[in-house]
Amino acid sequence: MTAALALGDDALVLSHRLGEWAGHAPVLEEEVALANIALDLLGQARVLLSLAGDEDELAYLREERAFRNVQLVEQPNGDFAQTIARQLYFSTYQELLYERLARGTGPFAPLAAKAVKEVAYHRDHAEQWTLRLGDGTEESHERMRRGLDALWRFTGELFEPVEGCEVEWHTLHDAWLTRISSVLERATLTVPEGPRRGGWAAGAGRQGLHTEPFGRMLAEMQHLHRSHPGATW
Amino acid sequence: MSGSPSAEWPLWEVFVRSRRGLSHTHAGSLHAPDAEMALRNARDLYTRRSEGVSIWVVPSAEITASSPDERDPFFEPSADKPYRHPTFYAIPEGVRHL
Amino acid sequence: MTTMAADAGAYEAVFDAALAADERIEPRDWMPDDYRATLVRQMAQHAHSEIIGMQPEANWITRAPSLRRKAILMAKVQDEAGHGLYLYSAAETLGTSREELLDKLHSGRQKYSSIFNYPTLTWADVGAIGWLVDGAAITNQVPLCRCSYGPYARAMVRICKEESFHQRQGYELLLALSQGTEAQHAMAQDAVDRWWWPSLMMFGPPDDASAHSAQSMAWKIKRHSNDELRQRFVDICVPQAESLGLTLPDPELRWSEEREHYDFGPIDWDEFREILRGNGPCNAQRITQRRRAHEEGAWVREAAAAHAAKHGKAQA
Repeated sequence: MTAALALGDDALVLSHRLGEWAGHAPVLEEEVALANIALDLLGQARVLLSLAGDEDELAYLREERAFRNVQLVEQPNGDFAQTIARQLYFSTYQELLYERLARGTGPFAPLAAKAVKEVAYHRDHAEQWTLRLGDGTEESHERMRRGLDALWRFTGELFEPVEGCEVEWHTLHDAWLTRISSVLERATLTVPEGPRRGGWAAGAGRQGLHTEPFGRMLAEMQHLHRSHPGATW
Repeated sequence: MSGSPSAEWPLWEVFVRSRRGLSHTHAGSLHAPDAEMALRNARDLYTRRSEGVSIWVVPSAEITASSPDERDPFFEPSADKPYRHPTFYAIPEGVRHL
Repeated sequence: MTTMAADAGAYEAVFDAALAADERIEPRDWMPDDYRATLVRQMAQHAHSEIIGMQPEANWITRAPSLRRKAILMAKVQDEAGHGLYLYSAAETLGTSREELLDKLHSGRQKYSSIFNYPTLTWADVGAIGWLVDGAAITNQVPLCRCSYGPYARAMVRICKEESFHQRQGYELLLALSQGTEAQHAMAQDAVDRWWWPSLMMFGPPDDASAHSAQSMAWKIKRHSNDELRQRFVDICVPQAESLGLTLPDPELRWSEEREHYDFGPIDWDEFREILRGNGPCNAQRITQRRRAHEEGAWVREAAAAHAAKHGKAQA
């Protein structure tokens, strides 16, 4: 179940990163919003990983090289703008992907049909914030631009075909780019330029090649579970 | 340290329709920079246990209250018109559909 | 209508009559200045406790040992943010803005519950907080649902309803540990050993030393005395600890036939006062993190306000 792992790991890892915001969000209302998104993603991850095996074994006992998530979701939170940039890139992709999976007849159709409603809300949240940060103050504009730029090189990987997902990847990519361009334009921002494919820049996460911060993230996530082999919690 | 006063978001009152067929009732309030965000914050905050099917948000400053005092003389006159209420009328026992 | 400078005595009589009849006081009713000040102080402190209380538990979100536990913990910490928000809103009905209250928290002019100045050292602490700290909080909070001030009482109704899962998840977590491996059991016992006494302190100083209690009871902001609630909590916890298979760290704990309550040993009020003075293990850390989150979020709040102003969406 390559696809269940790929999509499940995306959701698991992004949920973990959003969970790191707890107690650090810029305003109380946003604590609640980020936690909602993290909980939705964790719920999706649990369903997907359970299709591939035991959710806890998969989450806690795999080594870094066995994770199949895209590198985008493992990138550290950075400032709020960078987190929003990551959310915008990923949730736009995830919504388009799940819409397509929901229409199909594959094993993910039921999950995707349910999750796509959650994801639409995540995408909306990211868009609303992109508009406000992009077209807010000079400082927020600059921070948003930097966040978008920094993560741009991780977006090419999103459109590498995932085995087991019956999706037309190039039309998904076109739809993604159209949507991102439109949001960024409304936010008085521009679509970043720069390479998005090839080598380490992108395309590696799905094959188990990750970035350095991911190893530390896993060390933190897994240490307690691994310290008590065979224990139930 | 607390940011410039201009960064302080206004207060909004939140009304939630808990299910179809019921009217919106006041659920509480929250802060948001604008109406769109107020709606979204309200959804996250006041319906995260599926408490609602529809939400209204109103800037608190836009609410006009009947009087500065909750114990309102505005409503006292109506209290002396019991004939507006069905229980005012004695109906012989056994009469139905009234 | 009634805005004539009528004599304050008449207003006070209406207020007293409302309290006597167990009616709720609503935001724009006349109320004594001290009643208002007490409420603002108490609601603010309560709200601050919710948001500072997120920290010791959020400390374990990234290390939760199963995905199920992780989801539960995230939902719980999120609830605490929500509860802080309800309570700040309730305080705002008396004309004090959240910004002002946060400012007072950040500058140390307002307090939060001292319990959150203890560290969460192991995963079992998450369970002990749920069982004991939330248990003590619920014992305190349930009577507040009948508090004389309407918005506070309504916020508490909502909070108590939502918190019902908080204590249960903590108990369930500890039970799993207690019945787990030897190491897990030891972890659970250690957490209970460290959290028991601080939980008892959550009810505040003994009645004869409590500065605000009597007046708050007269105003029906408070419905039961500190000692009464503390005793109720102890009585509830002893059999629960037995079912857990864990010991409460008090050699003097025993049933009193005469009082029909559990007797318990003396509380170390020196420790309580030290923490209140700012010398607890985590006072500085908690406030520093809170202040940093607020400061680092300033540009975000400003951006959204600027966006609303630019697009003519700003209110007030």
